[in-house]
Order: sequence, then C-alpha cells, then structure tokens
Amino acid sequence: MAMISRRAFTLAAASLTVFTLGASGCTKNSDEIVVGAYLSLSGSDSTFGTDTKDGIELAVQEVNAAGGIKGKKVKVLYEDDKSTPQEASNKVRQLIDRDKVVALLGEVASSRSMAGGLIANTKKVPMVTPSSTAVEVTKDREWVFRTCFTDAQQGDVAARFVWETLKKKKVGLFYAAQDNYSSGLAQSFKDSFKKLGGEIVIDKGFQSKETNFTTYLNEIKGAKPEAIFVPIYYNDMVQVARQAKQADIPGTMFIGGDGWDSADLTEGAGAELEGAYFTNHYAPDVPWPNSAAFLKAFKGKYNHDPSSLSAQGYDAARLLFDAITRASEPTPAGIKAALEQTKDFQGATGTLTIDKEHNANKPIVVVQIKAKKFTYHSQLMSK
Amino acid sequence: MKLLEALMTGLTQGAMVALVALGYTMVYGVLKLINFAHSEVFMMGAYIGLFAILGLGGAGNPVIAGVAGTVIAMIGSSLIGITVERVAYRPLRGRGKGALTRITPLVTALGVSVLLQNLAQLLFSARFRPYPQLFTGTLHLPVVGGLSTSRAFILVASIVIMVGLELLVQRTWFGKAMRALSTNEEAARLMGIRTSRVIAMTFALGSSLAAIGAVLFCLDQSQAYPTMGVVIGTRAFVAAVLGGIGNIKGAMLGGLLIGVLGEMVKLTDYSGGVDVLVFVVLIVVLLLRPAGLLGTSRVEKV
Repeated sequence: MAMISRRAFTLAAASLTVFTLGASGCTKNSDEIVVGAYLSLSGSDSTFGTDTKDGIELAVQEVNAAGGIKGKKVKVLYEDDKSTPQEASNKVRQLIDRDKVVALLGEVASSRSMAGGLIANTKKVPMVTPSSTAVEVTKDREWVFRTCFTDAQQGDVAARFVWETLKKKKVGLFYAAQDNYSSGLAQSFKDSFKKLGGEIVIDKGFQSKETNFTTYLNEIKGAKPEAIFVPIYYNDMVQVARQAKQADIPGTMFIGGDGWDSADLTEGAGAELEGAYFTNHYAPDVPWPNSAAFLKAFKGKYNHDPSSLSAQGYDAARLLFDAITRASEPTPAGIKAALEQTKDFQGATGTLTIDKEHNANKPIVVVQIKAKKFTYHSQLMSK
Repeated sequence: MKLLEALMTGLTQGAMVALVALGYTMVYGVLKLINFAHSEVFMMGAYIGLFAILGLGGAGNPVIAGVAGTVIAMIGSSLIGITVERVAYRPLRGRGKGALTRITPLVTALGVSVLLQNLAQLLFSARFRPYPQLFTGTLHLPVVGGLSTSRAFILVASIVIMVGLELLVQRTWFGKAMRALSTNEEAARLMGIRTSRVIAMTFALGSSLAAIGAVLFCLDQSQAYPTMGVVIGTRAFVAAVLGGIGNIKGAMLGGLLIGVLGEMVKLTDYSGGVDVLVFVVLIVVLLLRPAGLLGTSRVEKV
C-alpha cells in the first residue's frame, strides 16, 4: 500500500515538473497582443463555449487580416474551464500569471463569469463577458465589463412588450424555482409588469430537472392567463411545450427569455411553439447593417447560421479590440480606461454604449417562432 | 377534478419510477448490493431506444418503431447490465472480510456509474436529444378527465409488467432460484443452484425493466442526455428504500407513492420543492419502520 502510493506520488511530481517546464517554455512575443479567453469548451455546457469561440475566432481573423492593432497581431489563448466555476478561476489565474494576457474574454454562464471575474478584478486585468446576464457579474467589480443586457433589463423589456405590444393584462409565471437565472428573470418581469398595471394571475415555480409539467400546466390553464411568461432554458422548454400541447395550451400563449435561444428548441418543439415570442440578443434576420455583414462572414467561414452566442462572442472580441486600438498604451490599465469610454459601438448585436456600471446599453430583440424558425419581430431599448 | 387529474399524472409518474426501482430492489435482494450504476443503465437504455426508434422510422412508423425500439433497448441494456456485473462486481464477490464485503462493491458501483456517464458524454455529447413523438392526442375518460395517450399506455404497460414480474418471481423456477439466493446464497449453491447465472439473469431482468422505463419516460416527457439517470435514479432508489429494499411489491408501492405525492406537492405553493417533501416522507417512514413499508427486518445470524 505504502509503496504504491509513493510510486504514484513520484509519478505525479514528475508529471507536474514536466508540465511546468512545458508551460514556462512559451515566452512573450512583443509583436503580438495576447488576450486570454476562458470558455466551457467541454462539459455540460460545451455548446456555449464552442459557439462563443467561433465568434471570437472570426473577430480575430478579421482584425489580423486588416493589419492587426497598430501593427501588432492579435493572439487569443483559449482555456477550457470544463463548465465549472472552480476551473474558471484556475484558468483565469493561469492566463494572467503564466501567459501575462492584457485582457480577458469569458464566460457565458454567470456563475463562471463571477468566479473568473473575481480573479481578474483582484489582479487588475480587464475582462469582458459576452453573455453573462446576472446583475451581480459586474457589480462592484471595476475591472469587469459586459456586452450583453442584464436579467433585470431583459425582464423589464419582456414585461413592456407583453403590456404595450401584445396588450395582454393577465399573465401567468412559470419558472425553475432553484435556478438563479430563471427565478431572477421571473421576478424582474413580475415587478415591471405590476408597475405597468398588469396582473400576475398565477406564479408557479418548478423544481430543477423536473420533466413532468402536466399538473403545473393544468393549474396555470385553470387560472386563465392571457399569456404565460416562461423564462427557462430551451431543453426544459421542449418538454413544457410538448406537454402544453397535450393540455390544449396554444404555443402563442408563451413568452420566453434568451434561455430559449437554441436550434434544439425549434427542432424539438417548433410546431408546438408556433407564434411564441422571446426576448433575445440577436436574430439572424435583424435589420442592422453590421448584423448582415457578420452573418455573411460567419456563414462564409463556418457554413451555418450563427447562434446568438457566436454573435455575442464576436461583438465582445471586436469591442475589446476596438478599445485596445483606442487605448493610449496596450496595458491592462490603458485598455480598461478605453473600455469605459466605449460609446455607440456598432456591433453585430446592435449599437451599444458601456454605462457607468460597466453594463451595455443596447437594444433587446423580440424574436417570434414562425414555421419552426426564429424570426425578428421588433426591438426595444433597455432602460 | 384538478385533484383527480393530478392523481392520474402521479400514478403514471409513479409507475415509471417503480419500473426503475425494481432494478435496485432485485439486485439488492440477491446480492445485498446497492447498484448505483442502475441509473446509468437506465440512461443508456434511453439512448439505445432513441437511436433504434429513429433508425426504424421514428414518428412515421410509430407502432413498429416503438415496439422494436423498446425491445432493442431492453436487449442493449441487459447486455450492459450483465457486462457491468461480470466486469465490476463478480471479481469482487467473496473477497475481503467483514465490512469490506459490502463497501468494496458499493464504491465500485459508484465508479461504474461515473464511468458510464462520462462514456455517454464522450459517445453522444452532452446535447439534449429529443425523442420523436410516437403518441399524440388525448383520451377523454369519464370521471378522471383528460389523459394523454402516452400516459394511458404507460399506466397499462407498467401494470402488465409488474403483474408479469410478480408471476415470474413466484411461479417459475428462475423466480424460486432468485428467492433462494436472496434467503441464503451459500445454501442455495449447496442445493445446486448456479448462483452466478441467476445473478447475471437478475441484472439482465432489472436492466431491461429500466430500459422499458427509460423509453416510456422519454417518449412521454424527457429528452435523452448523459446525466438523465441521476434524476429518476434518485427517486427510484428512494422508492425502493421507502417500500422496503429487497422487496418487489415494496418497490412498486414506493414508486406509486412517490409519484402521487410529488404531483400533490405541485398543487401547493411549495411546488418548487417536490423532492424536499419526498425525502421528508422517506425519513418519517424509516423512523417508524426502519425496514421500509413492506420490508421485514431479519435478524442476522452469526
């Protein structure tokens, strides 16, 4: 027993030495601007990471094709956080201490952006998250920025859309009670909708990983709402939509949030959700000049439509490169100052301005599901 | 009306949980081993069923795809169950002393569970894969109101399977061997029962029940994904313990009880905490009857 463990220890120590030696081998090239990206490239949310990476890669390719930034090539180092917050903070530490990156891109999930952001903030390296919507991500973190809207802004826009555009006055809420994203969005919708004068006729939370929604849906149907706000992720929504159809609730009743944004939703329950709306960052057919250009470039490189995550990854990277160009010198402090001054940046996901809280002021898109496709419906400005 | 609908939903939900719970309880009955890999066999069954059903034409060919797909899933899961037993549990049997005879296979079972889950992620990716919809429409029954065709089918199928299993255990030679093994493995072997074969058969039977449960579960309300076993596996395990682990009727009762209780909680304001109540009930039952509802605690002879 003792011998085995000693052998295992020696082995581990040896491999550790090799690893450190290998890592210290890469030196900094002064002709390059090195940016770090930490993403969920494997694990449960691997599609989040890989989609975002596709967007970033496109941005890097474009910038370098145009001659780089002030004559220097941009290089992005990718690290996989395996979809866990612990790994996210490890990877951020590695990127800053070992690779000496001047700025960071990442993550998609708010929990991991919060873990990584904590390190970036203490080590004073600016970080731009493309897709983390939880309010806390940028709160009291002066080195963390985001290029997407927050859950509070999204819930408010959804409420205004239901009240002003759809003119519905009685709404039911259905959300994952233990999920921060889902219950947070439901809460902000509820607050805004009540302020507008609307009525929440039923408020129902379900347990995470629940798959049988019939009893809930029957009860919601019994409360006779005119619309049902369901801010949950697409994989749950497929089942909710299928079981709603069995319970005779039409798809047009449903309103969702950006958690719906996945081709898997329309593949699994496109017919059931015909006519449903959801708030999102982007839609392939948004009428913004840069979106069309992005769509064309993305399709040319990858041969498929970009997801919203790809568009946001692209925008976050472009915005960061734009800030590095404007910065007096390409150091973390210089880039941070330039990021703070970002105004009317023309992105693929709309025109955005970074506000005092380091959040993005930008339009929020309302998407409608038509013939199993996400189609642009309208846009509302976040307040 | 609302209560009755919830009751029917609860019964179908419980019937599926019971199908999975039977696998836990049968293996425990013969080996005194909690087979934590069972929930992963369930998950594998869901994947095999999905690919088989899609391969056989999916929603365009519902009857043949459904039946043949389920049979293929059962065969596939049985093979996985037998392999797990052969590779991971059998080499450990009869080795170690005292507490180790129980703990070593338990840890191995946890290991196999992690292995299968990661294997599924490697082979099929972490994507959620929706099943084709083979059942559509709703039956309008007197008294209970609307019940979807898929749920009606689940209820009928589960009852038939459970009655069949009860007959198998009580009336056939194999069932007798299983019961003998559960009473005393040593004595059963001395009586000429080939224990290894009976154990392998038990794994095959439990796994194929899990596969039926998985296909029905996915057809009705879930997608296939690598960690799907954990959700229903936990409930099934609780159902088995609640009913008295090792007791087949207990697993059925436990499953139905958990299903119905869960649906009743959903009607209250605490709808987000179904599992909280399920576990409270479990604790209360175990405090009052440590061996579960139908379990009998035997005195261990030294």
